[in-house]
Amino acid sequence: MSKSPKQPSRKRPKGTEAAAARTASAIAPPDSEESTVSSPRRRFLGRLWLGLGGLAVVEFLWIAIDFLRPRTPLTASQTDIIVAGPVDAFEPSSVTAFQQGKFYLSRLADGGFLALSRECTHLGCTVPWIEEEGRFVCPCHSSSYDHTGEVLQAPAPRPLDLYPVRIENGIVKVDVGSPLRRKSFDRRQVTRL
Amino acid sequence: MAHNTEPGRGTHGRGLASRIVRSIFSGPVYPRDDRERKWVVFNHLILHFRPVRLPQKTLKYTHTWGLGGMSFVLFLLLVVTGIMLMFVYEPSAEGAYESIVRMQQEVFFGKLVRNVHHWSANLLIAIVVLHLLRVYFTGGYRTPREFNWIIGLLLLACVLTSNFTGYLLPWDQLSYWAITISTGMISYVPVMGDWLREVARDGPEIGQATLINFYTLHTTVVPVLLILLMAWHFWRVRRARGVVVPRSAAEPPDDGAHDRPQYALTLPDLLFRESVVALCLIAFILVVSLFFNAPLDEAANPGMSPNPAKAPWYFVGIQELLLHFHPFFAVVVIPLLGITALLAIPYLRYSDDTAGIWFMSHRGRRTAIIAATTALILTPVMIVADEFWLSRTALLPGVPSVVSNGLLPAAVLGAALVGFYRVSQWKWGASRDEAVQASFVLLTVAFLILTATGVWFRGPGMGLDWP
Ligand code: HEM
Ligand code: HEM
Ligand code: FES
Repeated sequence: MSKSPKQPSRKRPKGTEAAAARTASAIAPPDSEESTVSSPRRRFLGRLWLGLGGLAVVEFLWIAIDFLRPRTPLTASQTDIIVAGPVDAFEPSSVTAFQQGKFYLSRLADGGFLALSRECTHLGCTVPWIEEEGRFVCPCHSSSYDHTGEVLQAPAPRPLDLYPVRIENGIVKVDVGSPLRRKSFDRRQVTRL
Repeated sequence: MAHNTEPGRGTHGRGLASRIVRSIFSGPVYPRDDRERKWVVFNHLILHFRPVRLPQKTLKYTHTWGLGGMSFVLFLLLVVTGIMLMFVYEPSAEGAYESIVRMQQEVFFGKLVRNVHHWSANLLIAIVVLHLLRVYFTGGYRTPREFNWIIGLLLLACVLTSNFTGYLLPWDQLSYWAITISTGMISYVPVMGDWLREVARDGPEIGQATLINFYTLHTTVVPVLLILLMAWHFWRVRRARGVVVPRSAAEPPDDGAHDRPQYALTLPDLLFRESVVALCLIAFILVVSLFFNAPLDEAANPGMSPNPAKAPWYFVGIQELLLHFHPFFAVVVIPLLGITALLAIPYLRYSDDTAGIWFMSHRGRRTAIIAATTALILTPVMIVADEFWLSRTALLPGVPSVVSNGLLPAAVLGAALVGFYRVSQWKWGASRDEAVQASFVLLTVAFLILTATGVWFRGPGMGLDWP
């Protein structure tokens, strides 16, 4: 910023200057400027302080970031496994909603199972299953998906995510721990008896 | 300066009460003449943010429109009402909505306080943006005020963050899904998008952790940042010896060499004007809050999305971009270019010193109007064309949509902007500065139209619709 000459320059009162000079001479030997600025020992100590200061900053940042990290459970808890029910409870070519697991269990015509996340892949709205139209239609921006989760209408960029399905002793179980992304529907994604 | 000593009032023979008053206010409490008024401004913590006197011309209301001061008043209103809200509000996923309902129904003046907070918050965005435009069009960002423009942009970011984090707090359908949509946009950032979204939500989906984070940001972190930045902002205004001095296009720049500018005293001239603006603004907010309630939808229901679901209105412009461009361009490239352009404004090379002149010159005004009209016509036309006729993915089968729906249209629009810049120079004889200003106007108006379209003209399924 340029100061015009008209601006009254503020002089430091004499007393302060003298005091400043006194402190300076207490820290540095009065003989030369040299020794304060460029003596190797001073330089080393200066850098040491700088380094330690930097280290302290990094430590605090580390603590802060770790403290704020998303809280994820340490182990996959038992509650991640949702018992959907016996295989026969689901008709072929049907879609059943599971409120508590936040997924749909889709049984294909050939009897295979898919567990579809109910979260729209566009921006994350919850997609309802429209029985009459036989498809999922997102209320937010009109994406739609078929019963395998495949996109019928954009803007959704990819099919609905999947959850792994297991069938144990004729009981369908879904692991809602973490959804799986996919590029498109594929026969291998289906769990059969 | 000579005002350091108390003018003319001894303390001999005073009673205890008056000595206590003296110990708090070491000078005159009610200044009676100009000398005392100067003393008061110079020696008070708050008033010392101002100079003792300032150029008479900068007092003109239509120079600053009082917008910076209005932003500050709104912030104060938000702090006062926000703290009151904190006594009633419960930052938990189970209790938040109910606490708001209780506030509206049972707490005395609960509705009014919430309304004042709501309307101040929303008006603040509009006023701050108008302030930005005022500063831009009067050249208030030119040397030596470049860095204050940057501080201003940081303030703008804080105001937006405040509004965004506050939006979630009522925990109704509106807030839940608006925040879902907005944080959903983050996941289109390449490579780290999902991680960023997870950080923003503090988990895979919006829940208790999100709420408590937003609450802490909203009620502590951002307000503290705002206070620090505002102090810095005001200090820089002071260091630049007040706001830029207005002049007409014919007048030479104010470098103090020509003639001594006429000065006015901060007290009473500036402070009285500021108080009038502040009181009118507060009255306006109170009246609006009496008649219009802050919206409150049903309680948040993660199982049922509303139709359509929109981001908060100040982010709807970006959501609108998402309807026209590949997500990588809508969410990352275009916003980053916009932010870079805003940051670059004070550091571009300008050929003339036009600080203090509205729109730089007569020609500047004309080119700005042409630019605004162009954007006003072309943006809606392009939105409608893109909605109904143009399907680039269908036109260019086999080309990845990042190119056909991102790079290609973005490049075409970029070329159009450069073309506009050149035409404004050749055809309308704009100087380089004026051409830059015209481009700024073009982009600003286009963004405002995108926002208006998103807010009013998007119906169910985000299809175009009449409001
Ligand atoms: C620039 C400053 C601020 C802005 C822009 C802002 C914005 C907002 C917004 C938009 C809401 C949602 C209100 C609604 O429409 O329902 C809100 C709510 C809230 N804000 Fe602020 N706020 C600000 C400062 C503060 C401060 C300083 C506090 C407290 C110290 C605070 C406390 C609250 C509380 C407790 C709520 C929840 C109550 C409600 O939603 O009605 N705010 N704020
Ligand atoms: C909470 C937000 C803000 C507050 C409270 C605020 C407040 C103020 C005030 C009181 C002034 C004195 C003159 C006037 O009233 O216009 C001022 C000047 C200024 N503001 Fe802001 N401001 C804010 C945001 C911004 C933003 C977003 C920008 C631009 C990006 C900005 C850039 C400037 C500049 C460059 C000046 C000096 C202008 C001149 O000398 O003419 N401010 N601000
Ligand atoms: S969130 Fe489903 S279409 Fe946008």
